[in-house]
Amino acid sequence: MHHRKYRFIIGFLVAPLALYVMFVVSPNIQAVIYSFTDWSGYSQTQNFVGLDNYVRLVHDADFWTALTHNAVLLLVLPVVTISLGLLFAFLLNIGGTRRGSVVRGLRASRFYSAVYFFPYLLSVAIIAVLWQQAYNPQGGLVPGALSAVGITPPRDGLLGTPSLALWACVAVAVWQAVGFYVVLFSAGMASIPRDIFEAAALDGVNRATLLFRIVVPLLWDNIQVAFVYLGIIALDFFAIVNIMTPHPESVGNSTEVIAHYLFTRAFSGDTNPQYGYASAIGVALFFLTLTLAAVMFRASRREKVEYA
Amino acid sequence: MTVTEVRPPVPASPPAGPVRRRARAGERSASASFQVILAAWALVSVLPLIWAVLTALKPNPEVFASPWRLPSRWSFDNFARAWGAASIGQFFLNTVIVVSGALVLTMLLSTMVAYVLARYSFPGNRFIYYLFAGGLMFPVFLALVPLFFVVRNLGLLHSHLGLILVYAAYAMPFSVFFLTAFFRTLPSAVAEAALIDGCSHTGVFFRVMLPMARPGIVSVALFNVLGLWNQYLLPLVLNQGDKSTAVLTEGLASLVAQQGYQSDWSALFAGMVIAMLPVLIVYLVFQRRVRQGFVAGALK
Repeated sequence: MHHRKYRFIIGFLVAPLALYVMFVVSPNIQAVIYSFTDWSGYSQTQNFVGLDNYVRLVHDADFWTALTHNAVLLLVLPVVTISLGLLFAFLLNIGGTRRGSVVRGLRASRFYSAVYFFPYLLSVAIIAVLWQQAYNPQGGLVPGALSAVGITPPRDGLLGTPSLALWACVAVAVWQAVGFYVVLFSAGMASIPRDIFEAAALDGVNRATLLFRIVVPLLWDNIQVAFVYLGIIALDFFAIVNIMTPHPESVGNSTEVIAHYLFTRAFSGDTNPQYGYASAIGVALFFLTLTLAAVMFRASRREKVEYA
Repeated sequence: MTVTEVRPPVPASPPAGPVRRRARAGERSASASFQVILAAWALVSVLPLIWAVLTALKPNPEVFASPWRLPSRWSFDNFARAWGAASIGQFFLNTVIVVSGALVLTMLLSTMVAYVLARYSFPGNRFIYYLFAGGLMFPVFLALVPLFFVVRNLGLLHSHLGLILVYAAYAMPFSVFFLTAFFRTLPSAVAEAALIDGCSHTGVFFRVMLPMARPGIVSVALFNVLGLWNQYLLPLVLNQGDKSTAVLTEGLASLVAQQGYQSDWSALFAGMVIAMLPVLIVYLVFQRRVRQGFVAGALK
């Protein structure tokens, strides 16, 4: 009986584990090893050079530029997206007309959340292609809209102007992500007992107080999750940058991010590939991701509210 | 999902004095301005997409003439050109092959692992679980360089098989994580009864547990279809710009990069619309399920 059980377990685990170890586990381990070598792709040999790649990383101005941009993204992307997501979810579910003490959302809220959500499902790559065209200084959608409201769009386009390019990219990421957080927060708000809102309404609490003093604290868990998810997007941000500004150096590196910097070190084709160095950047990125998750879950640990 | 009203409306409040009436007028204007905010964001959400569809139907010289003018002639031939000359058809076919292959493989392997991890205790169970779940913490970028060489040494660069295997491997951490939790929630009495009746362990899995786990499997599969359909980084690295095996995302992005030389912009927009269409269809058919699945996935 037991013999049969173990044969079954092993039989079920062998193939998935083999695939997973081969393509996920082992490359991750190899990357750490490569990060201590001077492997350049043309050389057949890989010499261990200790921490040289990491020392170089610390002194690499381009890396620091990229890191700074990721840090900006890490701050701006979650804050803007979560604020918009909370606002829309609040208006849709709670902020509607009040008659007596009944709390309700606005009309057509289901329609709105369905529409808001759709961009989230599209590939970041397709969205980047779409918005790159929308930003096109010759007849694109965005410059057209800007001049319609009386703002002269920059001559080189938003993506060609160093001081604006990164923000143009951020806008695209926010545009795509907001709908998801509207749905996420709506689900959270739906689980808050109605009596709380009714009690607040009877006490004459206005909407701003309701949002900031009651809804936000009760949704804190969801907001924390949102921060981590958006933080992970901010630490990646590869597809948008790689497609919308294929040559960050042409806008003064103003859109360079770590993931893209790593990619060009290894696969750009026009510079000598630096596999060892790229792997060291990957290790740095991993630790940033880990730190982000740890900090978020530490800093914001609070008492959990259990609804009776 | 969205709670609009949970209680029957309270009977109208007592006769309203002037103060009360003013408050209600304020309410009404506040609610009107909220409607405006919400409608504005809806517009921002769909406008670029509508613009893309509209532009895809314009003759080439009108593409960047004026964003809002309707096409002088509805040029459906753009779609034919995109499908053929711009190789979108090829990319589409490649994507369908790779995504469906990877989906079947992912779901088969992940349910097997998840079932064993959730239902059997054996030495190493916890270790294997954390091995998979831990994969969620590692950015793909860390593994990128060695992954490229692993695939190259297998001779699987720019091949459908290579992409299918790699997609499946990278879709496994989430799928195993989610499905293990799901299998744990299923009652065990039915499986035990089947075992006592002489059904083999494998038979119990395929005939009893898989049908019972269907809701969870469908959610994970939907999540994976959309995720795999949208993959960009892995094909970019593993196809090395080979047009004959390129998937839609990568192919479209490289089309834009080369557009300068060919400038068939309307075909490019048509290609974009073609790439978005399957996602739109899946969403329209399964929309509540997709939204709920994504949210549930995020909160796990």
